[in-house]
Amino acid sequence: MTAIVARNLTKRYGDINAVDGLDLSIERGTLYGFLGPNGAGKTTTIRMALGLIFPSSGAIEVLGEPVVASATPTVLRRVGALVEEPGFWKYLSGRRNLEYFARAAGPRHDREGRLGRVDEVLRTVDLEGAAEKKVKAYSQGMRQRLGVAMTLLGAPDLLILDEPTNGLDPQGMRDMRRLMRRLADGGTTVFVSSHLLAEVEAICDRVGVLAHGRLVAEGPPSELRAPSDLLRIDVDDRTRAEQIAAGLAGVAVEPARDGGPSLWLRLSSPATAAAVNTALVGAGVAVNALVPQHATLEDVFIALVEGTDAPR
Amino acid sequence: MYRVELAKAARRWRTWMLAFVLGAIPSLIVVGLVFSRPHQGEGPPFFSLIASSGLFAPLTALAVLQPFFLPLTASLLAGDTIAGEASAGTLRYLVARPVGRRRLIAHKYLAAMTLVALGVLWAVVVGSIAGGSAFGFGPLPTLSGTVLTTAGTIVRMLAAAAYVTAGVAGLAAIGVFVSVLTESSPGATVATVIFAIVSQILDALSSLRVIHPYLLSHDWQKFTDLFRDPISWTGMRHGLIVDVCYIVIFLGAALTIFTRKDVTT
Repeated sequence: MTAIVARNLTKRYGDINAVDGLDLSIERGTLYGFLGPNGAGKTTTIRMALGLIFPSSGAIEVLGEPVVASATPTVLRRVGALVEEPGFWKYLSGRRNLEYFARAAGPRHDREGRLGRVDEVLRTVDLEGAAEKKVKAYSQGMRQRLGVAMTLLGAPDLLILDEPTNGLDPQGMRDMRRLMRRLADGGTTVFVSSHLLAEVEAICDRVGVLAHGRLVAEGPPSELRAPSDLLRIDVDDRTRAEQIAAGLAGVAVEPARDGGPSLWLRLSSPATAAAVNTALVGAGVAVNALVPQHATLEDVFIALVEGTDAPR
Repeated sequence: MYRVELAKAARRWRTWMLAFVLGAIPSLIVVGLVFSRPHQGEGPPFFSLIASSGLFAPLTALAVLQPFFLPLTASLLAGDTIAGEASAGTLRYLVARPVGRRRLIAHKYLAAMTLVALGVLWAVVVGSIAGGSAFGFGPLPTLSGTVLTTAGTIVRMLAAAAYVTAGVAGLAAIGVFVSVLTESSPGATVATVIFAIVSQILDALSSLRVIHPYLLSHDWQKFTDLFRDPISWTGMRHGLIVDVCYIVIFLGAALTIFTRKDVTT
């Protein structure tokens, strides 16, 4: 069962392909991180999934049904979405915004279901206290939380969140990440776009990296993030340790980083971290720490994005 | 969406300001008359007749509101329909809700016209009460010299209100059309008001007589024919046909464009 499927999805603006033959298939129940720098085509893809903009070619399916912008894709009733920043009628209170949005369309049971959930979603985003205030008077963080509340009104099977932590303070970001994880664990498919990798790396089941409108990598965060050949060592006698390490086959000493006291080594075959350790300890150097450096998703991301040519 | 639109409007200051002005104008007409009586035939249609029956006050009010304030009201409400949601950032959430695009336009247009109709009715009610209290609810004489029954007066007054509303319905269709094209609600409103003004200017230039029958505003004041005996329908029939043409053309264009348009706001 898929939540979102894109087939050769393309959106052309003049000479530029904002989304360029994108193929995507997202299983239901996953928390999927959609990564890419600004301008990679993330929001354009999301807008096509929501029937807001028309693909130039290709097709997109949501929860197994094609989304055709010219029709009214009723499958979107089962989708909650936040696209860029939230939008509200600022002269109305937070609660009324939710109520009017709930009443705006759909069959009776759908509208009533949403109306019945207003209090619950306000509680979820911790806005009960400010529910009667006009949105005009909300801070950016409160608007963002109200936006999230709006996406949850329909108890969606699929949640599409475009940069949901924008405007949130660190605690708000953490709450947001926990909420996404909790929803995903409860069976909701969560599709979250971000240009901040750290935010996605920690919680996502799968990650797709978009660059210039194309998917350049996809997989679980741990797979994308291969261990690197860099080793950090903390010793009591750095100078001696450096001499010993330099004498081992396949070891190159790297310049010190961040002005810290650690010794940095780049290993290549046949050197291994264990062999370096054995050599140091054998020579009487006390090793306090020996840490292989994993590439962060950030490094992978930058490598991937830079490796893609911009369309001409 | 229609009911949500009306509920939203009820919670906006703007709506009540418009209602205030629509009630103030007939009141001012009556107050002015109490202090200074005009000579026969002076002022807007029916103005000099109010002293003979206070029920001429709402008709004077319609004649006064018709050229500018009602077009302004219709332009404001219609110009805001789509552009207002686009600039507030709510349009994308309505379309993705999903509120069908056709439905969105149709319901918003109907809601805007409902408000205009309520405003016109309100002006008629306030005018009747103000005029009647000052100059009596005496039976309404027609321009042809006969006298109308109470029931006849009410029916013709409602018909006049309906005709006046229908006149700006064509303009509101233009407002919705412009509103689909832009993200600026004030811009759409101003463009629509300008259309109404230009239409009336062209209508005043006798050298352009050939195009007059096709101008939206040409037959706006023809509701006065309702107060002749027998009623002269020719002008109003033509006016309504023109209104319907404008509605069909501009609402049709708005629907055609909006159902093919990328929502990028």
